[in-house]
Amino acid sequence: MARAVSRNRKIAYTAAAWAVALVIFFPVLWTILTSFKTEVSAVASPPEFLGADWTLENYAEVWQRSDYPRFFWNSVVISVGSTLLGLLIAIPAAWSMAFVPGNKTKDLLMWMLSTKMMPAAAVMIPMYLLFQWTGLFDTRFGLVLALMLMNLPIIIWMLYTYFKEIPGEILEAARMDGASLRNEIIYVLTPMAIPGIASTLLLNIILAWNEAFWTIILTTVDAAPLSAFIASFSAPQGLFYAKLSAASTMAIAPILILGWFSQKQLVRGLTFGAVK
Amino acid sequence: MGKITLHSVRKSFGATDVIPGIDLTIENGEFVVFVGPSGCGKSTLLRLIAGLEDTSGGTIAIDGVDATALPPAKRGLAMVFQSYALYPHMSVRKNIMFPLKMAGMEMGEATRRADAAAKVLNLTNYMDRKPGQLSGGQRQRVAIGRAIVREPAAFLFDEPLSNLDAALRVNMRQEITELHQSLKTTMIYVTHDQVEAMTMADKIVVLNAGHIEQVGSPMELYNTPRNTFVAGFIGSPKMNLIEGAEAAKHGAHTIGVRPEHLDVVSEGGWAGTVGLSEHLGSDTFLKVTTEAVGTINVRAGGEVMLRHGDTVRLAPQAGKIHRFGADGNALA
Repeated sequence: MARAVSRNRKIAYTAAAWAVALVIFFPVLWTILTSFKTEVSAVASPPEFLGADWTLENYAEVWQRSDYPRFFWNSVVISVGSTLLGLLIAIPAAWSMAFVPGNKTKDLLMWMLSTKMMPAAAVMIPMYLLFQWTGLFDTRFGLVLALMLMNLPIIIWMLYTYFKEIPGEILEAARMDGASLRNEIIYVLTPMAIPGIASTLLLNIILAWNEAFWTIILTTVDAAPLSAFIASFSAPQGLFYAKLSAASTMAIAPILILGWFSQKQLVRGLTFGAVK
Repeated sequence: MGKITLHSVRKSFGATDVIPGIDLTIENGEFVVFVGPSGCGKSTLLRLIAGLEDTSGGTIAIDGVDATALPPAKRGLAMVFQSYALYPHMSVRKNIMFPLKMAGMEMGEATRRADAAAKVLNLTNYMDRKPGQLSGGQRQRVAIGRAIVREPAAFLFDEPLSNLDAALRVNMRQEITELHQSLKTTMIYVTHDQVEAMTMADKIVVLNAGHIEQVGSPMELYNTPRNTFVAGFIGSPKMNLIEGAEAAKHGAHTIGVRPEHLDVVSEGGWAGTVGLSEHLGSDTFLKVTTEAVGTINVRAGGEVMLRHGDTVRLAPQAGKIHRFGADGNALA
């Protein structure tokens, strides 16, 4: 009897989980579906689902009208570049916070995290002017720098959490074995933290890839990534939903595929240390 | 070479003095055991020697050279940790070779040394395995192998056997002793297990609350404990410490009689009732409640046919009574 109840409950939970997932995923699904409709079918009321006119023309037109590969390449450079640069700075920072903490380490970590709570719009003008003056405006390096700084607190926090899980005795053993600080980080700490570093890397690539606010504000043509590419389709001629959807699908497809293949790693990384 | 000299070494964490000041000389080739109860500062002292903790005062010299400010890597010491502290992502071979790699040793020579260490420690068949695939005893051997290959001035062991089961502990204890006999390198060994201390050490340092209570050979500590702390700590079961009228008869505040120095006699002595009797075959341990001196532990060789509730008379062996003053120190 007890078994039957728990099975019913299990079915109910599974159904609820699927329902929630569907609600979350629906906008993405609708965007993908709309990208294959004609413009007329895309704005039909009531919305057309199975009976719509299906076409690949939106993709052809988006591809012809814009330089998708350039936007794509900019996105790759900016997201990967900002994440790698961030890791380079965050690994030693997280090492020192995890293994040689000072009295104020906890406060420092909290302060760093609090900067993520600041509304980006509050520093929009200073950032814009700063980028103009320094010549970083509309450069890939400028965006790498901006997004790296934006995500650095999260990278440090994540790495700090992983590093805390590594037994201090192993690092002391490395020190006794003659490893310099540099060798200790390269040969012992980093390989042991690979799962954590990998999920930090993936999550931050995704965050940087999806960043729209700063990428749109700090670029015009040369360094514009895919988020700016989507925005460009809502421009002068008005809104063309089907083409906008095709552009959006093309923009999110790479990161969706990356996320799909690395979901196991991501979940493992994000729940690391939660259950021992 | 491995003479280690501590001069007024102090360590405090904040306002707490963990080690208020220690002077100690460890001769080249000696096997020295730091023993004491939990929290007595023995591990801290070892870590100070290793360089893993900074001293708050005093000097540490290794082979006459002041090493107080040197980082661990520059002290020429090797350490074996309680948790083994192996690198989980490296094979046994790479673990053993790691210190040589850090020293920039040429690969051929490093491999030769690692293979030689593996042979000594019976690890040859496990060289390509990861630490996770080894048993506790094998892991501890790898940790020792990693220490041996460096040919250090001294080995430091921080309670290396406490994670092993009882049978394995005895084996490893003997292996480490044999290793010391063949290498003849200075070894400093920290333990809270006085049996390990007694069986392995050339010299035992008994620590209590950051102070050295006594330094001496196992037999010196056993036969002539300097105070009641050492008397109670060294020896198993513990020495019986008796106060009151019986002590006064011997002109002392406290007298100490080891359980193995009590004889069962037919008349005289202290009459009592057996509370607990443990029969090991080789020994019989009794807990006897007496009117004269309270409850005392007795260790009799072989099988003694005494059970719970039996009455018995006990007398200390002549010349085996330790006398202590009111301050706890031994009387001459």
